[in-house]
This record gives sequence, structure tokens and C-alpha cells, in this order.
Amino acid sequence: MEHQGLNLMDQALGFHSNVTQQPWPLCGRFVLVEDCVDTSGAFVLHHILKRSFTSRPSSAVIFLAFAHPINHYDRVLRKLGCNLSSQRDNGRFFFLDMLMLQCPVEGKPKHDGLATVFEKIERAISELHPENKKFVTVVIDDISCLEVAANGSSNDVLDFLHYCYTLTSENGYALVALNHQDIYSDGERPAFMLEIEYLADILVKVDPLATGLAKDVHGQVMVLNKETQKQQGISSIKVQNFHFKIKENNIEYFYAGTRT
Amino acid sequence: MATTRTRVSSFSHNVSSLKSSQHPGLKNGPNGTTFISSGISDLDKILGGGFSLGSLVMIMEDAEAPHHMLLLRNFMSQGLLHRQPLLYASPSKDPRAFLGTLPSPGSSKDDTSHKPSHEKDLRIAWQYKKYFGEPQLNINTNNGGHHDYCNDLDLRKPLERHFFTSNNVDCVSIQNSPNLDALKDRCAEFLAQFSRNEGSISSAGRIAIQSFCSPQCKYSDMEWHMLSFIRSLKGMARSSNVVVVATFPPSLLSPSCSKRLQHMADTLLSVRAIPDEDKELAKLLTGYQDMVGLLNVHKVARLNTQVPVILDATTFSIKLQKRRFLVFECLNQAPVDGSGGSSYGNSGVCSTSTKAGPLDF
Repeated sequence: MEHQGLNLMDQALGFHSNVTQQPWPLCGRFVLVEDCVDTSGAFVLHHILKRSFTSRPSSAVIFLAFAHPINHYDRVLRKLGCNLSSQRDNGRFFFLDMLMLQCPVEGKPKHDGLATVFEKIERAISELHPENKKFVTVVIDDISCLEVAANGSSNDVLDFLHYCYTLTSENGYALVALNHQDIYSDGERPAFMLEIEYLADILVKVDPLATGLAKDVHGQVMVLNKETQKQQGISSIKVQNFHFKIKENNIEYFYAGTRT
Repeated sequence: MATTRTRVSSFSHNVSSLKSSQHPGLKNGPNGTTFISSGISDLDKILGGGFSLGSLVMIMEDAEAPHHMLLLRNFMSQGLLHRQPLLYASPSKDPRAFLGTLPSPGSSKDDTSHKPSHEKDLRIAWQYKKYFGEPQLNINTNNGGHHDYCNDLDLRKPLERHFFTSNNVDCVSIQNSPNLDALKDRCAEFLAQFSRNEGSISSAGRIAIQSFCSPQCKYSDMEWHMLSFIRSLKGMARSSNVVVVATFPPSLLSPSCSKRLQHMADTLLSVRAIPDEDKELAKLLTGYQDMVGLLNVHKVARLNTQVPVILDATTFSIKLQKRRFLVFECLNQAPVDGSGGSSYGNSGVCSTSTKAGPLDF
């Protein structure tokens, strides 16, 4: 796939065609994917997962799953050409099943629950083979389930995300998380969403088409890439809009109206 | 569009022709999933086969009408007919009494098609697209016996008692529970019987939870508690051969809580009442007099795949054929003189407002 050149999503995320010479664009960055009930953004996570494994031979992924069990991801990624089971056997894929995680409500202090999750991430990273430690991606699917697991304590969730961000940005790892923006858009505590968006370096917003659902075009994506050229201290924001169609073994990205 | 239609119908052909060395109540689905029937053949067709085992189906109620009960009744009854164990929870004091209202298979309907009568074929040509390809989807292998995947359930004929006096049915009342922990434990015990292993599926189960956040319940203001209940139920169900159907009234919850529940659902449906004697609607829709309500399909479960299901239509009218059989029909826009209207084929997702104002197709 990567020999065929980069698609619009790759370009928007900052991937270069010459992967071996350029640093990995997601190093030390936080990618936040936002979606809604009508259009799921999980495919972006699958895309990044696949890119993590195929673009670098020595990368690893720590996956915190709150929404689906491993069989689901295994099947999905397999159709995309990525074998999660063999990556796991090679010590490059750590699946932390958080489906049944529920932080204790009373008695124990609340942050016990999420603190142990963070410790698990740290432990998984420390267990990595030194070779695979160079490019690590931590994926969280998804933040709204993490909130439910934390009994609605958004402060704990924000603290947890800050910890993850510090860990990944200081070590040059990537952090990718999915959240459902329509939960917060109705006015209750919009600050939670805004804080996370502020923290993010790359924002990928997945929405349905304004005209409704269609079979040929599954939705539209807006990728906001906050690029910072640290040497000059200049920060620029690159915004790209395009449409997508999700298939079993591929995701097609194209500019609006260019679908052949 | 024609190719799209044949693709859909060939999919349903493929599904039914797969070797089902299993139970008649189970059908092979795509991507290693297995379907069980919802009890309503039209709904099974809309969803591409039925409800996937391991999925969570949520039905958003309309506080003004009990149409969600029709769906629940058919779901529960179909399971009992297939001897699939059932766990039913409701906020009423005596949930077992509800079992007496479950429908029984009726004698099969006389007319083979559910579509409006033939005189409608004389209408304007562009409406004909709706009928194109439908006969292919209408293949009914039902003999009316108990060995069919989906029975035609007669809502006026109660289910024979022997189906639910056995130990297959467990009823739980959540009216007086201080919280959902007891129900969660009951569900966990039930689900443990059907935990999935790599072998073939020997039996499937059904969980039906009615209005779990109704205001009668003591915990109805503990939104995070209810959310974590549904989340853990979903987590447990994913690794088992059970379908969980839960209904809730979104108007009685905060918008963010309702949205969270909608995201958690694998399959999301909503039912809406339509007022009687609404002259505007009568002008807009054909067959309005026979409609009891509207069904919206917001999301269809996609387990083990990332490809979304895009339906040709997401809003259907709920009708009671001969006042007995529940059918869902595509909405048929009455010929209006040129006043736009959105395109049929790709109707947008309807809002779930409880007010039946001007409809958004």
C-alpha cells in the first residue's frame, strides 16, 4: 500500500513519501479523532494503527480498548493487511482490554483506577524490546468510555490524558485517541472537550455529509494539523478537508466531488 | 441504483444459502457473526439478517407512545419459540404478567407482499423505483411453523403458556431496586451460560430490558451509574452468544447521557408516535391512516468490520397489518405538485424529536 504513494489522510497527518529518511510525523504528537453517532471515526484509528506497523519496522503499539474486544480489531486490521496476532507475538502490539474496567466509586480514592491504567501503559512500554522502543504509539479507544469507567470524573480523565501526553511527548511517542464530540456539543461541560482539543496537536474531525448519508461517500473529514517549527518558533495551522469511503480492505480518501 | 439493489438482494441470498448446520433460530452473518431474528421479518430484512449475537440493541422510546413494546414483544416471543432462554427486566411490579401479552405465530398472511395494493402501481413512475427489486427481497421461506428463522407473530393471539412456564424465562423487576447492581449480577449469571468459545454455537440467549431509566426507578437520576451498567453489560455481551435489547426514553435523560447511550449501542433504533388526524401528514404520506408510528434506524451493528451500513431509507412506517401483524414499510411520499422534497433513496437520518412536526425524511 505504501508503495502506491500516500493518500490524502497520510498527507494531512504529515506522512512523507520517503519514510526512511524523514522522522515519523507523529513523534511526540497527540492525534485526537472526533466523531459522532451518524459517522464513526474508528476507521482513522485503524488507518493509523496500520501505518504504525507498516511504515516503521521497529515500532510498537500500546492499545487501550474500552469499546471493542481484540477479535474485532484483529479482523478489521487483517482485512486491511495487518496481522495483529503476529505483531503481538513479536512483542510489538500490546492490547490492554479495558472493557470491564470500572473505577471504584467510594471507599478507595478515585484516582486509583486510572492511575493503575497509566501504570500498565508504563509497564508495557518498559517491557518492550529496546529496538521496538523507538516509535511507540499509544492508542485510546475511546475517551467517552474512559469517562464512564471513571464514573464521570472528567478531572481524573483529563489528568490521565495529561499524564499520557507528557509520557508520549517527552519520549517522542505518539498518542492517538478517539472521542465523540456530539456528546459534549449540547452544552454540558463543553470545557472538557475544549481542553482535550487544546492539548491535541492534530485534530481529525469526522462528520456525516451535510446532505445526509450516502453509499458512495461515507462522510467528510477535516484534519487540523498544528505544525510548529520549533527552531523559528513559528506555528502554523494546516487545515485539510476531504471525503472518504470505507471499504473492508481499504479506505478511500478524495476531495469533494472528485469521486470517480 | 439498480446495481445497489441487486447487491443487497444477493447478499441476503448468500446469507440464507450458507450451510446452517445449526439451530433454525440462528443464521450465519458476515465477518464471523451470527444473527438471530428480531421477530419482525421486515426488521430482519432492514438490518441485513437480524440482530448479531454479542451486540447491544438500543431502542429509543417515545414518551407519548408504547411502540417500543411492540418490538420488545416480538423479540421476546421469537426467542421463546426458538427455545432461546430469556431474561426480562422491567420497571413494573410484576414483569411476569407481561409474558401473557407476547404474540404467537399466526396463520400466515394471505397476501404475499406487504406492499400497498396494486392500484398504487398506477401512480407516478418515479415511485416505481421503490418496488424495483423488492420482490427479490420478499422471499419468505416461512411455513408458519416453529422451525422458521422468523415467524409471523400475531399480536392478538397470546403465546401458549408452555413456552414460558419452563425455566427458560427469568423475570426481574427493577422498580424497587436502589441501583442496577442486582440486575447487573443477574445479567452476568445469565450471560455466563452463553459465553462464546471457538466452537460452533450451541445455543443463544436473549436479554430484554425495558425502560431501564424510567423515572419510577429509584436510581433514575444516577446517570453515570446507568451508563456504567450499560457499558459493562455491553462488554459482557460481546463475548457471549446473547443479544441484549434495551429501551430507554431519551427525553427523560440529559442530552449528553442520551448521546452516550446512543454511541454505546451497536444497533440503534427509535420509535415515534404520529398523531391521529393530522391533515398535513395525511397529505404528505400515502397510507397515513394505517400507520401507528414511525421507526428510525440510526445505526446498524457492524461487528468485526469497519464498513458502515448505509441503508436506502432510515425511516419506516409502523403498521399493523390486519391489526395483528407488525410490519415496517418504506415511507411513500404522496404526489405533491412539484414542491421539492428530499431525494428518496438517500434520506437523511431523522431527528429523534418527540414532536411529530414536519417530518425530515
